Amino acid sequence: MSPAKNKMTGADIFFECLKKENVDVIFGYPGGAVLKIYEKLYDIDWLKHVLVRHEQGATHMAEGYAKATGKVGVVLVTSGPGATNTVTGITDAYMDSVPIVVFTGQVPSHLIGNDAFQEADIVGITRPITKHNFLVRDVKELASTIKKAFYIASTGRPGPVLVDLPKDVINSSCEFEYPDEIDIRGYKPTYKGHFNQIKKAAEMIQKAKRPLFYVGGGVIMSNGTNELHLLARENKIPVTMTLQGLGAFPGTDELSLGMLGMHGTFWANQAVNNCDLLVALGARFDDRVTGKVETFATKAYKIHIDIDPTAIDKNVVVDLPIVGDVKNIMAEIAAEINQPPNTSDWLAMIEKWKEECPLSTGMEDAKLRTEFILEKISEKTNGNAVIVTDVGQHQMWTAQHYKFNNPRSNLTSGGLGTMGFSVPASIGASFGIKDRPIISISGDGGFQMNLQELITAKYYKVPVKFFIINNSFLGMVRQWQELFHQEKFSFTDLAASNPDFVKLGQALGIESFSTNSPSEVDSLLDHALSVNDRPVLIEFKVVKQDMVFPMVPAGASISDMMIRRLNPNRMI
Amino acid sequence: MRRTITILIENRFGAFDRVATMFSGKGFNISSISIGETEIAEISRMTIVTDGDNKIIDQIIKQLNRLIDTVKVSDLTDTYHIERELALITVNYQKGSMEEVKNICDIFRGNIVDINNKTMMIEITGPPEKINAAVNVLMPFGIKEMARSGTVALKRGEQLKEAKKEYVQTN
Repeated sequence: MSPAKNKMTGADIFFECLKKENVDVIFGYPGGAVLKIYEKLYDIDWLKHVLVRHEQGATHMAEGYAKATGKVGVVLVTSGPGATNTVTGITDAYMDSVPIVVFTGQVPSHLIGNDAFQEADIVGITRPITKHNFLVRDVKELASTIKKAFYIASTGRPGPVLVDLPKDVINSSCEFEYPDEIDIRGYKPTYKGHFNQIKKAAEMIQKAKRPLFYVGGGVIMSNGTNELHLLARENKIPVTMTLQGLGAFPGTDELSLGMLGMHGTFWANQAVNNCDLLVALGARFDDRVTGKVETFATKAYKIHIDIDPTAIDKNVVVDLPIVGDVKNIMAEIAAEINQPPNTSDWLAMIEKWKEECPLSTGMEDAKLRTEFILEKISEKTNGNAVIVTDVGQHQMWTAQHYKFNNPRSNLTSGGLGTMGFSVPASIGASFGIKDRPIISISGDGGFQMNLQELITAKYYKVPVKFFIINNSFLGMVRQWQELFHQEKFSFTDLAASNPDFVKLGQALGIESFSTNSPSEVDSLLDHALSVNDRPVLIEFKVVKQDMVFPMVPAGASISDMMIRRLNPNRMI
Repeated sequence: MRRTITILIENRFGAFDRVATMFSGKGFNISSISIGETEIAEISRMTIVTDGDNKIIDQIIKQLNRLIDTVKVSDLTDTYHIERELALITVNYQKGSMEEVKNICDIFRGNIVDINNKTMMIEITGPPEKINAAVNVLMPFGIKEMARSGTVALKRGEQLKEAKKEYVQTN
């Protein structure tokens, strides 16, 4: 028998659990249902609490922190509106498999269902957008539930978990015991790949003449980048990456083809069309990658390695599926390969495509263009910064032009495409990453969706560089309107309504600059990169009408790429 | 194609909703659904009858397995198994037709469980096709109300042993 322990309140147990999970920062906002937790927090010095300005910001910060560090991001908010404000961030984390745990306050158990003040059925609301969620109904279940939440969020295919904490559970007491291990009989992720299939994969790689690795975010999540480097370089196999996969393989490596898909490089998509072996590593054949699935990599034998069985055969039927941890499986495949394939002809073919259709450099004339700015950022940071993009044209240009050298450096909202992601996510990342510059890149539209978090950035003196690519338009929507909607630029022109971003930044106490001249880009970037103790904001006023190319129209085959603008007169 | 899927699921609040939410969220079809207790207190058994091509069924099984609260998912369609459904059917009758309705009830081995001077309620148990057949035959008399339980299904004995073994392992 263990000696009798002192009883603790639910609020104390909550913090003891966070300590056991090695949580050192949480993003939160107080309110009625979590007052007791905040009362305890007042006297806690081992945990950093970041006070946000809106609960959506808290979830994106937790995502930014989790994506950049690989640790679980933690959010604490109150019931009702506090909880519902987290929904977009939770969905974003679900779509991009980001491990976060969201604690929401809830009205006292006896009032649940009564339409009590600030009551929302957040467990019901978030059921389809969380990996799992819990309503804690008894303080005795609190510790084991929190343990389960962190375990589920961070293992297998990671994802968001929500824990709803009724006020009476937080206020009542019991003995604290934190389980060392947890066993959930309905949840046993498969880590080890099937050996015969691994052997077969190795065989297919050896036999291939035109092999291609198609790498997704799973390789980064499993910390498998070294295994990927080895497998690709030893066998001279080119690597193309999804939006979330960028950084898994160095962008400067000659085997890197950059991103594939809708706004992927010409040569990456050509490689997909012509490869005879496609190995999908921790990727999910998203529609932005495949275009029309019937015409995707039709000449290739397809191998799909993923930890999530539901990803297999969901969008594209593959020849050889392997379920398991992609890091281990890549290492095992590498060990099984005796004779690397001869890929020199294949690489020469790809090299030709590269020369045939290079990306635009944004230096056609003396006007300021996004591609030029991104090339400069890439060059000045040697591809080693943490880049946090928003959603839209600038996001695709970043994916094309920034040469990511490291994993966990490209933080972006891919699956859900959440405008307003970048500002808070970059702040979240800055609480986990201290040794590399953190650059937030937003369009003028998305920037305004969570700009309240600049106040958080200013207060905590986070050294984030907030870059606004201002073309006075919702650029990506504008691009679709020009290409597919008869040039009816319906409600995408923000020129008349945009604020003065410099004055706005200054009003929030942030050093702010603006330029529309390519010649000023160098000095502004140098200044921003030299500041390490506070945020800096730079507005880049760029050409309005630029479009992101190449482009595969939605639902088209990726061989039907639009390489450049059809109507050059619009090129201003 | 029609498939019969059984799910052992934690008998926890919200667990049923997770399954239903997954079906509606992914746009999968549910023909019938039933849930009830099992020999183990904390586990319930759901039987779902659904249809779809192989790709859809494959996804349904995988998505069900992916839910944290599901302990075991089995597609019974191609195994030896028993399916049963219960129906309560209230049928109109007149003086002349009473015997006829009673005969039909007997043929389907049903029971008359309630009667008044206008209607009688028939209880029929059997595979869903049998219920369908009974409903078709009773239709001309005028079915006033009907309640069907949805299908429940279990593997036959030989395979039960196997299932038990897996079951013990997952516990």
